[in-house]
Amino acid sequence: MPALLEIQNLHTEFRTGAGTIHAVDGITYSVNAGETVAIVGESGSGKSVGALSILRLIPDPPGRITQGTVLFGGRDLMTLTEEQMRQVRGSEIGMVFQEPMTSLNPVLTIGRQITETLEQHRGVDRATAQKRAVELVGLVGIADPIRRLKQYPHQLSGGMRQRIMIAIALACDPKLIIADEPTTALDVTIQAQILELMKDLTHRLGIALIIITHNLGVVARYANRVNVMYAGRIVESGPARAIYHTPRHPYTIALLRSVPRLDRPRQARLDPVEGQPPDLTRLDAGCSFRPRCRFAIAACAASRPRLEATSNPGQSAACFRADELASLTGTNEAALAGAPA
Amino acid sequence: MNAASPASPLLEVRGLRMHFPVSEGLLGRKVGDVKAVDGIDFTVRRGETLGLVGESGCGKTTTGRCVLRLEKPTAGQIIFDGVDIASLGGKQLQALRQRIQVIFQDPYSSLNPRMTIGQIIAEPMFVHGIEPNATKRMERVHELLTICGLNAGFADRYPHEMSGGQRQRVGIARALAMNPEFIVCDEPVSALDVSIQAQVVNLLEDLREKFGLTYLFIAHDLSVVRHLCQRVAVMYLGHIVEMADSDTLFDNPQHPYTRALLAAVPVPDPDVEQGREFRPVKGEVPSPMNPPSGCVFHPRCPMAVDRCSKEAPQPREIAPGHMVACSEVKITG
Repeated sequence: MPALLEIQNLHTEFRTGAGTIHAVDGITYSVNAGETVAIVGESGSGKSVGALSILRLIPDPPGRITQGTVLFGGRDLMTLTEEQMRQVRGSEIGMVFQEPMTSLNPVLTIGRQITETLEQHRGVDRATAQKRAVELVGLVGIADPIRRLKQYPHQLSGGMRQRIMIAIALACDPKLIIADEPTTALDVTIQAQILELMKDLTHRLGIALIIITHNLGVVARYANRVNVMYAGRIVESGPARAIYHTPRHPYTIALLRSVPRLDRPRQARLDPVEGQPPDLTRLDAGCSFRPRCRFAIAACAASRPRLEATSNPGQSAACFRADELASLTGTNEAALAGAPA
Repeated sequence: MNAASPASPLLEVRGLRMHFPVSEGLLGRKVGDVKAVDGIDFTVRRGETLGLVGESGCGKTTTGRCVLRLEKPTAGQIIFDGVDIASLGGKQLQALRQRIQVIFQDPYSSLNPRMTIGQIIAEPMFVHGIEPNATKRMERVHELLTICGLNAGFADRYPHEMSGGQRQRVGIARALAMNPEFIVCDEPVSALDVSIQAQVVNLLEDLREKFGLTYLFIAHDLSVVRHLCQRVAVMYLGHIVEMADSDTLFDNPQHPYTRALLAAVPVPDPDVEQGREFRPVKGEVPSPMNPPSGCVFHPRCPMAVDRCSKEAPQPREIAPGHMVACSEVKITG
């Protein structure tokens, strides 16, 4: 069965006064129907731009998708007209953004924002849309839906607003939802509620989910597969377990080591990734992680390693020494995989 | 001032309350109070890091601002090195500011964009007349930058030329310029990327050892708190609900809110997560203007019984050094 979404060699760049930024520099990955794929990375790694590019939501200028195909249900989204694209957005692919306050319209009631989506995409009448809105708001765990639908975004808490965003994303029975840092702005207990809700709904309704986050705990809990991004590229990709227990890219290894863990006793010092992320306007021909990498060799300066299959089934890494790393970091696996004491 | 032993408290907070009046209408009639901090007690020992954790609106930042005396508390004592600073003013307060410094969360808005890094770090020394000689002041700036892991050449740059991690190092250097004894760190690593967070956490820990600093570390990221703090206090709706040494609090949490909070944090390990029972605590934090009666956590608490809605639980020591404000928790040691 072909994948639900197949992204091939996608490039997005931004032209700025300081030079051209290759925010997304040739990414390739796929999402199967019903599965949850996480895109992990830090600020500027291209994870959000990559997701916005799928929906062609890159402001042009200064941005531009310069290359690549995005196959969704057999169609290349890059070749659709703007009108066809509008039908895909919000109808076939739902979106949940980080900041629910700025993604909801402050002058429309919650109810209107949900029914508008339904009327636009489904062509249903007001009464039907209203009925469906009540259903949706109940589905995302909001008590007293009829009263809530009459309220405005500012009358709701952050967690409540994010539930509304999810209801809007679900309104037209999408096959895929893209969630860009959906819980970053929320407190931990609310974050847990929202993530469990998204997991429950996507499983129950068979919706595929792309979750974009910097939180490695969230990824471990919810993702089936993981793509790790650094400086506009996917540097490692594979099943979640493999990424955490047998990472094959030095950046993934360093990132996992740098995160303090709640289930581990106090340690004297953390093990940070030294140095700074690169300036995206000044990337050279070599591997962009090289200046921070403990395993860099001469070849790393000469050319950029491609994302290639490793000796682990299903796991790919963009590192010349990917398979060597297993022995070079012998203790690493034990340290990372160890169950809590 | 007496030479105090290392374990003696440097800061002692007793019955601290900070209520903000809420007014309404044209005449600004007072309609109520936001009880941001509603009667808390804690001590910070010399040389230790006390973590203050909780969700938005729990009062952790307001507590920090009271300790810094950026707010004048409604009631209570803040005893710093033997002196109650809760109602100090004028010259005495200014003298105090040299001894208690702050590191803010947002390294973007807490540095003046029109000043060079050198001017930013030198300004407090100038204001307090610590180093009147401009050349010496610049030497000290270079020294501070080096201590914080930055090239001395950064003194001539502007904040916009630096990354978030570098700016936070500047914020730390500025706090150190006064040779303070006590630093309130208000979410100092929350705005930073994961790989940079660990660098700054290590820097804070190194500085504490090197200069014998004492920290009040305010944060919502529990994993960072576990690794940086010796002791931790958990706040909810203006109250401290549990306080213990770090490993005890994280391995053996007793208050139902602490448990809910810890359970909500996913661990970066798919195997651990798969085996974990996960039931997020229900509901949301109520308004601090109109807090619930009795125990403020009772409407969301899975352990709540009848009396929880009537009596506010008093903090009790259930084991040495382990304080819990819940009437349903048994005394263990």
